[in-house]
Amino acid sequence: MSFPWAKHYEPKHPLMKWVDDRLPLPRFVYNAVGAGYPVPRNLNYFWNFGVLAGASLMIQIVTGIVLAMHYSTDANTAFLSVEGIMRDVNAGWFLRYAHANGASMFLAVVYIHIGRGLYYGSYKPPREMVWLLGVVIFLLIMATAFMGYVLPWGQMSFWGAQVITGFFSALPLVGESIRVWLLGGYAPDAAALNRFFSLHYLMPFVIAGVIILHIWALHIPGSNNPTGVEVKDEQDTVPFHPYYTAKDGFGLGVFLLIFAGFIFFQPNLLGHPDNYIPANPLSTPAHIVPEWYFLPFYAILKSFTIDFIMPAKLWGVLAMFGSILLLFFLPWLDTSPVRSANYRPVYRWFLVALLVDVLVLGYVGGAEPRAGVILLGQLASAYYFLHFLVILPIVSAMERPRPLPNSITEAVLHKEGGTSPAQTAMHGGALAPAE
Amino acid sequence: MLSFLGVRPIAFAAGLAFALMALIGGFSTIGAMVSEPEKPTAEHEFHLAPREADFSFNGVTGTFDERQMQRGFQVFKEVCSACHSLKLVAFRDLQGIGYSEAEVKAIASQWAIETPAPNPETGELATRKNLPSDRFPAPFANEIAARAANNNAVPPDLSLMAKARHHGPEYIYSLLTGYRNQVGFKNKDGQELLREFPEAKTPAGLHFNPYFPTLNLAMTPPLTSNGQVQYTDGTAPTVDNMARDVAAFLTWTAEPKLQVRHQAGWAAAIFLLIFCGLAWGAYQNVWRGVKH
Ligand code: HEC
Ligand code: HEM
Repeated sequence: MSFPWAKHYEPKHPLMKWVDDRLPLPRFVYNAVGAGYPVPRNLNYFWNFGVLAGASLMIQIVTGIVLAMHYSTDANTAFLSVEGIMRDVNAGWFLRYAHANGASMFLAVVYIHIGRGLYYGSYKPPREMVWLLGVVIFLLIMATAFMGYVLPWGQMSFWGAQVITGFFSALPLVGESIRVWLLGGYAPDAAALNRFFSLHYLMPFVIAGVIILHIWALHIPGSNNPTGVEVKDEQDTVPFHPYYTAKDGFGLGVFLLIFAGFIFFQPNLLGHPDNYIPANPLSTPAHIVPEWYFLPFYAILKSFTIDFIMPAKLWGVLAMFGSILLLFFLPWLDTSPVRSANYRPVYRWFLVALLVDVLVLGYVGGAEPRAGVILLGQLASAYYFLHFLVILPIVSAMERPRPLPNSITEAVLHKEGGTSPAQTAMHGGALAPAE
Repeated sequence: MLSFLGVRPIAFAAGLAFALMALIGGFSTIGAMVSEPEKPTAEHEFHLAPREADFSFNGVTGTFDERQMQRGFQVFKEVCSACHSLKLVAFRDLQGIGYSEAEVKAIASQWAIETPAPNPETGELATRKNLPSDRFPAPFANEIAARAANNNAVPPDLSLMAKARHHGPEYIYSLLTGYRNQVGFKNKDGQELLREFPEAKTPAGLHFNPYFPTLNLAMTPPLTSNGQVQYTDGTAPTVDNMARDVAAFLTWTAEPKLQVRHQAGWAAAIFLLIFCGLAWGAYQNVWRGVKH
């Protein structure tokens, strides 16, 4: 896989050679995220976010496992055990705030990562499988985060679970039975909390597995880049290590700095105060809202108000899932041969419009449902689907893309200006494997 | 490519149906907006956002003011604890706001409400004096007793109150100082509540307070006169100060690790800034001479 000029693993230490001969794990790592993986030399900071998502998952797993040592999976004591973590466990407040805000950081990073893919056309051939696996990971992360939010068993945990599992009761005939079966009762209770915890513990490891497939699929064509032009020869690439380990290391530092800002100085900013009230099935909160990262989808759910053939609620549920499943079809909806939106003068503005649309949906998802807000949500929901199913195919067919650079190296030198081709050749030479 | 499987047409049909249904919903919303415009509600027009209050724990260097915590505790002890529990806090936690071990012992054993415990000889249900390791005992035996004494409302546990409301500390402070005479109450547009919404008159047994979301709550005004609590540190025991102090105390009960958290935050920030600096240096070094 990868490019013919990729460096080959040469164990330096006899021990590593011994291991590598018997289990080629060092070789595997070297080829995956070491010097054996050639990467386009022109990646910008948006290419940092995959590594950041991986780091987020590791942080969630480590903090989560320690939290699980102190957490009680019982509807009567779950809330108290979380407060016990906050008050009595050594650095428990840190673990919990890191895990709760870690979920937000994770989702934020993943959204930027997906946005990067949309803008630079990373979903197009030959990377469709990378994209499809990415959408699977996104769905798994959302499920994990939802079940995690139920665990502290506060008012929003309980009522969030009530609303989300209520989706299933929208299905005709069998809906209510499925809901009761999933919850293990008529409302979220001890049985539901137990299974949510079990699954919440399991899913991150499933995610880790799918991430391995995601990276495996990526390493066959190699990374896309801001020009969207494929790698042509060796001077277009640099080895992942040390070039991108160094760059990603800096990005990771900035990420951790922002993360620390939330944990230490604004740990409850992204949470909802109602979740500091113990779950109470008899008292419905004035305003049930999910975590910020679900708001756009929640807005789509709420935008369907008309019964037509199916009940409005079922329309909403199908549209909400549809809005994510649509991403699976993206590689076949966008027929433009040009990947990067940098060279797509029309499409680029529609992407900006889509971003605004999703932000509007996010606002609507969190706002009080007054008529004006509902209307805004309905228009924004319609636009979301129209973007992918009408605008995108039409724009792909009509647009005249700007001329593409002949190669990554040409684009880089053009941007930097002034460097002669001779010098490029020299850099290319300097980067060649030293063996 | 997938189109020969018939998948693409299905995606188109479903997606366009969703777009269409959302648009039709939009038209009906417009219709509803025109035919029956939403009526303003008393809560919407007259509810007040919490007042600004400058607490010592605000901001990234915020710390708890120990004397204020102790004054706030005194207000809780002498006023609020008659109705409100503080289930997540133990007496010995008070050492965190500057009381000595001996003082905590005395506070616990002299606390007006005892802790339920079986009589060690007979096993009958009884109470005993509080120990430092006990949580603050609840003033009512159960919810029914609490409701019976409070016009059918349950006084909520206050341990996490400062985090369980938006702008908690400011909210508590505003609520305690926010009881008003409903007659003649005007909002900032000069509208008079009872003139605009005669039906919003506070029902018997409730009390008007524009900081409460529904404008009326079951809590009788707990802080009514200056000097209700005798402060010993020279601070004037005005209603405003008592409200502010108890709000600050409840912030400590809700987030006892705030001060440690802020300190750790600075250490983490400095460490990470150095890390970023070094990582930046490494990045520049590795990429020197490579155009990208
Ligand atoms: C006479 C009993 C009584 C006393 C004394 C009392 N409260 Fe209350 N409090 C109540 C009741 C009853 C409620 C519930 C009100 C409702 O939901 O309508 C309540 C509610 C509250 C709330 C929650 C309001 C909300 O947003 O839901 C706060 C905060 C509060 N009290 C603080 C205090 C503080 C601080 C003190 C001491 C200065 C105090 N209370 C003294 C009875 C009391
Ligand atoms: C994909 C990675 C993960 C995500 C997105 C995630 C998300 C969340 C969220 C949103 C919460 C609620 C936070 C709160 O308000 O308290 C939570 C709680 C929790 N999670 Fe996770 N989590 C992940 C991985 C894990 C793992 C691997 C474990 C354990 C093995 C774990 C254990 C827990 C526990 C015990 C809680 C309850 C304690 C608490 O509320 O803080 N999580 N999780």
